[in-house]
Amino acid sequence: MNTRKHWFAIRKDLSGQRSWLLGLCSFLLPLCIWSLVSYTPWIWHPMVRISDPGGVAYFQKDMLVDREIFNKENAFMREGGESEARGEPANPIYLPAPHQVVQAFITAFQTAPIRRNDPWLHQSILHSITVIFYGFTLSAILGVPLGILCGTFAFFTRIIEPFIDFIRYMPAPAFGALMVAFLGIADAPKVAIIFIGTFFQMVLVVGNTTRLLDKSLLEAAQTLGATSKKLIFHVIVPGILPNLYRDMRILLGWAWTYLIVAELIGASSGISWFINQQAKYRNYDNVFAAIVMIGIIGLTTDQILRFIGHYLFPWERRN
Amino acid sequence: MNNLNLPSYLEQEPDVRARFKKIRQRPVILEVQHLGKVFPGADGDIVALHDILFNIHRREFICVIGASGCGKSTLIRILAGLDYPTSGQVLLDNQEVKGPSPDRGMVFQGYTLFPWLTIKKNIMFGLKMTNHGNNYAEEQALQWIDLVGLSNFANAYPHELSGGMKQRVAIARALANRPRILLMDEPFGALDAQTRSQMQAYLLQIWRNVDITILFITHDLDEAVYLADRIVVLGTHPGHIQEIIEVSVPRPRNPDQFLTPQFLATKKRLEELIHPPEKNRHEDLPMIRLTQAGDEVI
Ligand SMILES: Nc1ncnc2c1ncn2[C@@H]1O[C@H](COP(=O)(O)OP(=O)(O)O)[C@@H](O)[C@H]1O
Ligand SMILES: [Mg+2]
Repeated sequence: MNTRKHWFAIRKDLSGQRSWLLGLCSFLLPLCIWSLVSYTPWIWHPMVRISDPGGVAYFQKDMLVDREIFNKENAFMREGGESEARGEPANPIYLPAPHQVVQAFITAFQTAPIRRNDPWLHQSILHSITVIFYGFTLSAILGVPLGILCGTFAFFTRIIEPFIDFIRYMPAPAFGALMVAFLGIADAPKVAIIFIGTFFQMVLVVGNTTRLLDKSLLEAAQTLGATSKKLIFHVIVPGILPNLYRDMRILLGWAWTYLIVAELIGASSGISWFINQQAKYRNYDNVFAAIVMIGIIGLTTDQILRFIGHYLFPWERRN
Repeated sequence: MNNLNLPSYLEQEPDVRARFKKIRQRPVILEVQHLGKVFPGADGDIVALHDILFNIHRREFICVIGASGCGKSTLIRILAGLDYPTSGQVLLDNQEVKGPSPDRGMVFQGYTLFPWLTIKKNIMFGLKMTNHGNNYAEEQALQWIDLVGLSNFANAYPHELSGGMKQRVAIARALANRPRILLMDEPFGALDAQTRSQMQAYLLQIWRNVDITILFITHDLDEAVYLADRIVVLGTHPGHIQEIIEVSVPRPRNPDQFLTPQFLATKKRLEELIHPPEKNRHEDLPMIRLTQAGDEVI
């Protein structure tokens, strides 16, 4: 069998065209399943949307009822000789159809908040991004140098890593109540949670990345006259830079995970506040739209960062 | 080879003898004095080197040869200052070696070029580290790039180069610092045969044109005889000097000499030292017959 034409060759690259096609499918397939469930009346649809209440007193037009109840009530109506209720199969309210979510994408931005002082959606998103930015920047400013020190000097490995390893096992959200006590209910504790969630991992990950740098490069540099300080700034730092950049991209993804918890402590805010608020009003299409938006923001930033990295590190372009 | 009527490897033609006499009169640049190295191991200490003693004269080309694991890399790392001896010492120009320094350039088997720097910047690296100005460093780098024949690749990154080209950059990078001695640890070991002989010719050419002393480690007998003035033959367990051989093949060397009597005689001697005959009896290996083919194939 010609492996170049094979879709399932072990550890072989697919052609560019096929890679693209599969990448597209990875988004289209879930969308197809969602559409099937939403638009095909005989798949799932456990509810009935009433179009004509008939003789059932408490049914109203556009009301969602369980199919069982609908059938039971209609059986009563038939026995009593009254007119039966009519309706269409429907999905529960918490599963909006794709087109409703797409609509919500636009309307969510255009709908004014229900209470006058509440933020609009774009303000919520901006608020979330700000919290992530401060939390992550703070943790990078401290975590990267500390990680490099840990990966370079056994002294720092021994004195720093054991304790960090210990803290790492405490879930960042566990610090929520404490942070509110320390820092008040505004944004400070939220930034702190993002910081706690990423900083400790960052020190360990960067330390590891630093240790992975080929030792013979350091030895070569030493025979060329580089001394300790120059080794760090002219060999270790540039040597680990592409991997460090990759680490940061992964850790930034984690920051988004901690964001949701961070925003719910103290006075809730940002996109999580929006999601909770909309769920309270049973606007599940808006909830879906907001969740998808987080995914889109994350994926786009990561792709942009990847693209930038491609230009920052030309020597990494192997293929 | 045993049946050939070869001269003794000790026999030297008059001009070769005169040349060695001249070399011995040159000042000693590197003294290796009773060097020993013991690695502490989980089950007992490993003696990697035992009482290594030899001198290198200015502009000499020395090869160190020995079977795999006999301590060649350990020796050269100590000379470079990347590792410390457990006994004895190394003197460069009568100064004790105490750590790595740009006066001892090193070329490793793995190319160890800095992947984030272009070829030019790689060669400039040592000059920048030793506090030379940017202009001077760049000027020197371009000169060295020319010398190793890579003018078209000055702005390429190492990953764009073939193995032989990378090793030429590594040599230029080490030499740009103007070291007193160039230490090379099996620098051509990873190259294919053709590139390898090309690189050997290159190295001899560089050595002729640049004022440099070379200590070259190899496990390839041909390479050692082709390149060296003297060959230090190491034995195993622990690594010790078996013999220091003066190569009687006249200079300038060229690949045609591979079949001359002196060349073969020296190689035969190396063979005897490194693969003693009694340890090399393939015929005694137990064999299982795994083929159905008839005996006519052998
Ligand atoms: N860092 C080390 N720790 C322990 N043993 C070592 C170390 N480096 C080398 N050795 C041992 O010293 C011996 C010589 O190794 P090496 O100098 O690399 O040999 P060669 O370069 O001739 O193949 C080997 O037996 C090896 O196992
Ligand atoms: Mg070795």
